[in-house]
Amino acid sequence: MITSIHVTTGEVAAAMALAALAAAVSFWRGADIERDIGIAVVRSFIQLTAIGYVIKVIFDQDKFVFVFVLLTVSVVFGALTARSRAKRVPGSFVPLLIALSIAGATTLGLVVALGIFKPTPRYLVPVGGMVIGNAMTASAVALNRLGDEFADGRARIEATLALGATAREAAAPIVRRSLRSGMITLVDQTKTTGLIFFPGTMVGMLLAGANPTDAVRLQLILLYTLLGSVAIAGVVSTSLAYRNFFTPAQQLRDLEATSAPP
Amino acid sequence: MRFELRDVSLSRGGQPVLRDISTEIPPGTTSVVGPSGAGKSTLLRLLNRLADPDSGTIAYNRRPLTEYDPLELRREVSLVPQLPALLEGSVGHNVDYAACLAGCEPDCERSLNLAGLDVSFADRDVSRLSVGEQQRAMLARALAQNPQVLLLDEPTSALDEATRDAVEQTLAHLRREIDVSIVLVSHDPAQARRLGDWVLRLEGGRLAEAGPVERVLA
Repeated sequence: MITSIHVTTGEVAAAMALAALAAAVSFWRGADIERDIGIAVVRSFIQLTAIGYVIKVIFDQDKFVFVFVLLTVSVVFGALTARSRAKRVPGSFVPLLIALSIAGATTLGLVVALGIFKPTPRYLVPVGGMVIGNAMTASAVALNRLGDEFADGRARIEATLALGATAREAAAPIVRRSLRSGMITLVDQTKTTGLIFFPGTMVGMLLAGANPTDAVRLQLILLYTLLGSVAIAGVVSTSLAYRNFFTPAQQLRDLEATSAPP
Repeated sequence: MRFELRDVSLSRGGQPVLRDISTEIPPGTTSVVGPSGAGKSTLLRLLNRLADPDSGTIAYNRRPLTEYDPLELRREVSLVPQLPALLEGSVGHNVDYAACLAGCEPDCERSLNLAGLDVSFADRDVSRLSVGEQQRAMLARALAQNPQVLLLDEPTSALDEATRDAVEQTLAHLRREIDVSIVLVSHDPAQARRLGDWVLRLEGGRLAEAGPVERVLA
């Protein structure tokens, strides 16, 4: 049984001392990210405070439609954020939007269908947020790699097309490596969990006074759920996005020529 | 005629690369010569639809290129690009991959021999080949598809004189051994004289001259 703990604003303010330490280190060593640290601290405070109130309202209302709206907003913002990391991929927004939507819907649908979580806002909101957040990160990393590989590997892709390979065949090694890039961080994290770091959910539950065994079990459920979601997001986003590099006649698009002014 | 080009123009980034090219490419060996930036490589890419012209038409064996399935066309009109760009793995893997794409029975030894490489290269990893060996492996890969036309983009540009001579001998040998037409991009008129029956000379994206090698490069 988890005992709810109360955290005061003063305690949050005290924790900011560590953020100040980070800014001081940056200033001392000339890393020049003090401004970014400041923005991160302010934004995280505002965003988390705001979402805290939003979640409170959703829990109080206990209606699925509010959960749906919140997760839809998360998917759209997630796709927009991931797009900024995939600048070299043409038209990446739609593949990302579809990938995050499918990853979120499939993963949440499965955990509910398998009876792991109840279909109530108290479970769907936090789990959905984690699922979409991790799917966003994985897709962003995968498409970032995809864009770099297409830029650097044009000669090899075109040489393969010149043999009569389809766009799918020519892009297959790149799509495979991009998918791997997107997934590998979470896979490594899952491998080392409990040895090198304690994941957030488990830490949160332990701090809140939960039984360690329960905390571990919930964390394992979430890690496995997230593995599924990043795999879905990675495979959908890369499988859709690579097509944007090719014309219907299986030609590699000349992105430089079409984007650069004469 | 193998290819017939009518009023072919292409721009890239707003800059004209090919302008109103109208010419024919007969069977045999045709050299496309001209200074850098004349549009030689671009012309080659149009012949197997790695790119399409903005305007004008190109016909292969008297049929518009756009009527061919691009994949079928590329297996019949095989392009070997200027820069070696082999797939990861062994030379044999590359040759067999190309043969399978074209629906041919893989005969790695024959393809390697035609390209002037001995069969021991089949197991060599492509990352351990010299540039000259990679050029030949690219050629072997294209030959594995039994193409009707070979499009070669400066196949000897990165080679020293001895290796260049060897590749030229290989190309001459190919013309004798198999019924394949060759369209060869070269910046070297002397090479065109040595290898070509027919010559297209491009300047600034325009066709300056076309005809038998002994007339154009006299």
